[in-house]
Amino acid sequence: MLRIKNLKASVEGKEILKGINLEVKPGEVHAIMGPNGSGKSTLASVLAGREEYEITDGQIEFLGINLLELSPEERAREGVFLAFQYPVEIPGVTTTNFLKTAVNEIRKAKGLDPLDAVQFLTLMKEKMKLVNIDQSLLSRSLNEGFSGGEKKRNEIFQMAMLDPKLAILDETDSGLDIDALRIVSNGVNQLKRKDNATILITHYQRLLDYIVPDYVHVLYKGKIVKSGTKELALELEEKGYDWIKEEATVS
Amino acid sequence: MAIETTDTKEAILSNIKNQNTTKANSDLTLLEARQEALQALAKLDLPTTKHEEWKYTDITKALKKNFDFNVQPGVIQYSPSQIDALKIPGLEAYYLVFLNGKFDKSLSSLPSDKENITVTTLSEGLKNNEKLIKEHFAKHVDIQQDVFAAISTAFVEDSLFVKVADNVSVEKPLVFLLISDSTHGNTVSQPRNLVYVGSNTEVRLIENYISVGDNPQFTNSISEIIVAENAVVDYYKIQNEKEHSFHVGTTQVHQSKNSNFSSTTITTNGGMVRNNLNIKLDGENANAFMHGLYLLNGKTHVDNHTTVDHAKPHSYSNELYKGVMNGKSRGVFNGKIYVRQDAQKTNAFQSNRNVLLSEDASINTKPQLEIWADDVKCTHGATTGQIDEEALFYLQSRGIQKDAAKALLMIAFASEIVQVIKIKELKKQVEHLIGELLHN
Repeated sequence: MLRIKNLKASVEGKEILKGINLEVKPGEVHAIMGPNGSGKSTLASVLAGREEYEITDGQIEFLGINLLELSPEERAREGVFLAFQYPVEIPGVTTTNFLKTAVNEIRKAKGLDPLDAVQFLTLMKEKMKLVNIDQSLLSRSLNEGFSGGEKKRNEIFQMAMLDPKLAILDETDSGLDIDALRIVSNGVNQLKRKDNATILITHYQRLLDYIVPDYVHVLYKGKIVKSGTKELALELEEKGYDWIKEEATVS
Repeated sequence: MAIETTDTKEAILSNIKNQNTTKANSDLTLLEARQEALQALAKLDLPTTKHEEWKYTDITKALKKNFDFNVQPGVIQYSPSQIDALKIPGLEAYYLVFLNGKFDKSLSSLPSDKENITVTTLSEGLKNNEKLIKEHFAKHVDIQQDVFAAISTAFVEDSLFVKVADNVSVEKPLVFLLISDSTHGNTVSQPRNLVYVGSNTEVRLIENYISVGDNPQFTNSISEIIVAENAVVDYYKIQNEKEHSFHVGTTQVHQSKNSNFSSTTITTNGGMVRNNLNIKLDGENANAFMHGLYLLNGKTHVDNHTTVDHAKPHSYSNELYKGVMNGKSRGVFNGKIYVRQDAQKTNAFQSNRNVLLSEDASINTKPQLEIWADDVKCTHGATTGQIDEEALFYLQSRGIQKDAAKALLMIAFASEIVQVIKIKELKKQVEHLIGELLHN
């Protein structure tokens, strides 16, 4: 589904990603862990198409398409979804209104008819249950004045509405209390299917108790320095990142 | 330069004199204000950009360049159904129709005699309300300094006089439908309204400026609104004119104690527009709210000059003007707050926020505070920025095209002002207008 080869990216002349290789197949959950500043969020941003990053080398192939040639909105229409670490507050735009535009833009790209008001509301009601989000929240301005937990739930709710093929969750667990974490994880798990895939970007192992990854990768200084199964995450939890840093330095 | 402005002034005056044919004009010569305005006019010239108040808005040059003042627009006629098409959809209202500045009673739908609202021409009004009219007509606008107010006062053929009695709540809004039709030649229109709102009375006023025809149009409009004690006035000015429309409009408000006045000015198109909103809070506990939204494209130039004059204690004013400039458009904002020595415990807030969407668009913004009292709370602020890239990326990442995402953000930016509109049919119309404007 996703094939990243030797990806190098810089921002303002500073190289952040220094040759990433990663392959994600349908049905898989990959966790990308690593200490602060290792390039985790940069990878997420580059996948979603954020413009301030300059891709200096490498390829990203998504379902046979060269992802790097697509604008952020085209990537979304192909089925890439990024759950933001810091969802943006947009005063004056209600979540409902915004999502209706988004859902129908994506449907249009797929050659489907737009949903009318009733169909849209039906879909919304169904997906709201997944993350236990309240109608009143969705009638408010997008993320404005939302608590941290509400913002993250709103991200997963959007993901449910847009039904992506590849979901990238950027530090979705940060700032969540245990109840919110459970709700958010439960939503993600329910959205998991054989034909879609998830990349979890996280600093802590905690999230992986709730969303069990098939693979765990450790990102350090812009490179994946170690890959393994979920046991690797437990090892990191126990020992911290220092031994990885040492290993990386030695090699 | 002086000769050029004098020439243009004389050309405008001669155009207006040629328009004045009815008897109403001679009835009004009785008004002192007309004589004063005529005398002032002899000394006043049209402004150049050397004039501090007109620094960024060269209206004289624009008029000189675009108008042939020897041309008259000819007779224009509208059928009731044509007028109906220009009304605000779904809104039950009284409509006061002006064609090229002249009130047309037959096309208007006026309140009945039972409804405690008098709508007449100024000359008619003099019969029963002479004292009130003499007390207020041209007494609040500055005919000594403001050449456009002087022209209007000296030569206006007739004004509309609206009086709303004390102790009434007027259910239907009064809509001033001001049509400039330059189909047959350039137009010079001078609509003029004197609105007196009695004490304890609540009324909503909408001025809707509509442009028809392809020749240049010049509008010099004045609305004087007198707000008596405890009265509540909700006032809207909607301007969606054309590239060849040149507009100088003054809304002059005089508030007595415990009164509330709220003004919302929405400008979406025009050639060169200058709006003066002057409010005098001449009584204790008077409140004024000033909202403005200008969404500009092409070469449109819109200049909002506002003044709020706190003359008595415990008064409050709150102003928020927002603008989006695209293309080669230009916005100007000048907001003055005066707090007189008597006006202790004044609260005055002002904010002007702008977004520039293109390299060639510009905004000149200037707050001015003059405070003579010592126990007051005043704040002001102005911001100018570009579109929020982070928000744009967020929307794009959900599949929304960049242009549509920009439109969505700008609609959101504008919504803070649109939400202020309390008449839901008007709000809907404005939302529709903004949607069309930003999505194209």
